[in-house]
Amino acid sequence: MQVNDNFEPVIVAFCCNWCSYAGADLSGTNRLNYPTNVKIIRVPCSCRVNPMFILRAFQKGADGVIICGCHPGDCHYTSGNYFTRRRITLLYSMLDFLGIERNRTRLEWVSAAEGAKFAATMEQFTADVKALGPNRRLEDLRCRKQ
Amino acid sequence: MQRIGVFVCHCGTNIAATVDVKAVAEALGHEPGVVISQDYQYMCSESGQQLVKNAIKEQKLTGVVVCSCSPRMHENTFRKAAASAGLNPYLVEIANIREQCSWIHKDIATATDKAIILGKAAVAKVHLNTPLNSMESPVVKRALVIGGGIAGIQTALDIAEAGFEVDIVEKQPTIGGKMAQIDKTFPTLDCAACILTPKMVEASQNEKITIHSFSEVEDVKGFVGNFTVKIKKKARYVDETKCTGCGLCTEKCPMKKVPNEFNMGLDNRSAVYIPFAQAVPKVATIDPNYCMMLKTGKCGVCSKVCSAGAIDYKQKDTIIEQKYGAIVVATGFNPINLDKYDEFAYNQCPDVVTSLELERLMNAAGPNGGTLLRPSDKSHPHTIVFVQCVGSRCDDEKGKPYCSKICCMYTAKHAMLIREKYPDTEVYVFYIDVRTPGKNFDEFYRRAVEQYNVHYIKGMVGKVTPKSDGKIDVQASDLLANEQLHIDADMVVLAAAIEPDKTARPLATMLTTQMDTNDFFTEAHPKLRPVESATAGIFLSGACQGPKDIPETVAQGSAAAAKAIGLLCKNSITCNPCVAHSNELMCNGCSSCEKVCPYGAITYIDKEFRMPDRTTKIRRVASVNPAVCQGCGACTVACPSGAMDLSGFSNSQIMAEVDAICK
Repeated sequence: MQVNDNFEPVIVAFCCNWCSYAGADLSGTNRLNYPTNVKIIRVPCSCRVNPMFILRAFQKGADGVIICGCHPGDCHYTSGNYFTRRRITLLYSMLDFLGIERNRTRLEWVSAAEGAKFAATMEQFTADVKALGPNRRLEDLRCRKQ
Repeated sequence: MQRIGVFVCHCGTNIAATVDVKAVAEALGHEPGVVISQDYQYMCSESGQQLVKNAIKEQKLTGVVVCSCSPRMHENTFRKAAASAGLNPYLVEIANIREQCSWIHKDIATATDKAIILGKAAVAKVHLNTPLNSMESPVVKRALVIGGGIAGIQTALDIAEAGFEVDIVEKQPTIGGKMAQIDKTFPTLDCAACILTPKMVEASQNEKITIHSFSEVEDVKGFVGNFTVKIKKKARYVDETKCTGCGLCTEKCPMKKVPNEFNMGLDNRSAVYIPFAQAVPKVATIDPNYCMMLKTGKCGVCSKVCSAGAIDYKQKDTIIEQKYGAIVVATGFNPINLDKYDEFAYNQCPDVVTSLELERLMNAAGPNGGTLLRPSDKSHPHTIVFVQCVGSRCDDEKGKPYCSKICCMYTAKHAMLIREKYPDTEVYVFYIDVRTPGKNFDEFYRRAVEQYNVHYIKGMVGKVTPKSDGKIDVQASDLLANEQLHIDADMVVLAAAIEPDKTARPLATMLTTQMDTNDFFTEAHPKLRPVESATAGIFLSGACQGPKDIPETVAQGSAAAAKAIGLLCKNSITCNPCVAHSNELMCNGCSSCEKVCPYGAITYIDKEFRMPDRTTKIRRVASVNPAVCQGCGACTVACPSGAMDLSGFSNSQIMAEVDAICK
């Protein structure tokens, strides 16, 4: 695939308030760099992320969406991340059907103590999405800013 | 029409050094609905907050966006400021441009662009914020302490002192925990039983304290101020109310070959037993794994000798259900299992013991009545080798990565006590580092070296080999002298690492509290909230939070009590208003949301609706109990008709954020 060196992907990260958002804060406190492409949306729990939000992001021109939650068993709300895991698995099969690369969507467990993991995950995910190139299949061109 | 104010913080140079704050304020000023956009050095300071308050009043703002540090840091500060200026606190949104922007990026241009986008997302969200009002929820004036060691006892005594009812749940037949097994305490060398047992008695006699011994927490439901806990009282086959603790049954019981857990298996007890003389409650317990009557139905000696008629072979586990306002976790620690440490021959040689076993061997109430004898042949040991850091500060799978903290001090104590009682005994201590911070601790260690001539050798023991003549060959390296050593020892004592009790993890799941990778409970803030868990209403006491010695444990126990009392004093607490709500007109009563709710907050009600043809119809619709809902949002995604939404994080708000970021 043709790789455009100047391509800067738009990446939306949904982070649960208790683990991953705190993990993102920790990577900030520890001054661990990750690309500016990643913009974080705070949600109370990863299970608040409706798959519709992910599709909406792609429709509006996001090139990658990552959902971060507490590790299995550590959910602040006991079982929320298990719901997320199932929902994202279902979403994957739908994205497969639509022919959307799997690597554009990722589910990752990041605890409040894993600032380094958060930064490394974002670094890797941005590189993966960059390699895939822009999201053309799902972007609604009517939504594109003129 | 919305009137939104944007306030961009410099945070000194924390934000301003990598983000062009003026450009951010300028760019956000052009966003729809924004009527005022300002920047300031320290927005969280008194004058910064005043700036926000004045703007709210003068500009009649309907929404506020603060571009500053993480909302986990100052969201409450700005919400309070808004409330004092007459704006609903939930009309404030924070754009995190410090932790998630200025601190992680170096290039000013891209960081500024990102800050603007984060600001735009917050503006887009605040457009859709609605005023929310917190509900009040009553506080049950009773506390539960899980674990009856010194941490739990101290916490319970302090809470009872303040006038609140406290229940202690202890899984062993007696309270007292690990401290009851210890012989002497450092650095004062006073006897542990002498200082602990009066506290145990005080706890049992305090009318505010109820002790549920031989019991375990089975289930926890509810939330801060209103937990419902199921406690399983395990069958002890003895009626607690009748047993006088005379001990006649334990003497007459024919089954005497049961390893005595209290003495670390170094001697035996009978199948019906009282763990130790000062046990509280002093009530016998029948061990069903060994009791002949319970196993085969033939024996019944204890019931014959019991004059109080307390023996009840048909007793069953019972469940008690009780409501609590606060829960304190004090589950404590255990030494790690040394099975994987073949090099120390712990399983092969009875004269290789752990430090806790040595405590029992030296204790006057221990298996040898206080005389230190080798477990193998009951002879007096002349050379004793102590090995420190067995499993602590380990980078492999076998051990623990952390320092167990208490081992350096108790090893110095053991070495000193042995040298004092048996001056003819040579004592060697192998260490990686000696860590003795604490009041009078380093003086104590130096006394062991200088006054008692304990041989401290920096180096690790490589191999321990039992020899045929009963001696133990200890092969070690002396790192300072750079030589290999062989010591003919009579006993080897291993300072085993400590780990959280095995019951802690299932308990953490029940309590929905967080644990670290080593299974220690995580505190809400490592420095500023050390005795609270991140889950409201759950407090941490003692070694369940991390390795601790007795003074620290007691201090933390009292601190946890103070926090619990602070909660119990309140008649009601303010609930989080960011909870789910269902749109009754859209709900079709399918029960999808009820099934995913981890709190049981959703019930169904039959509601009468007016139909377009002026008739009425009764439909089943979901109804959320806002006092029970914790606001996770699982139901909002499960709802097939889109009737369920979450205040504060509504579908439209999150969609607006997504749009703002993607555009």
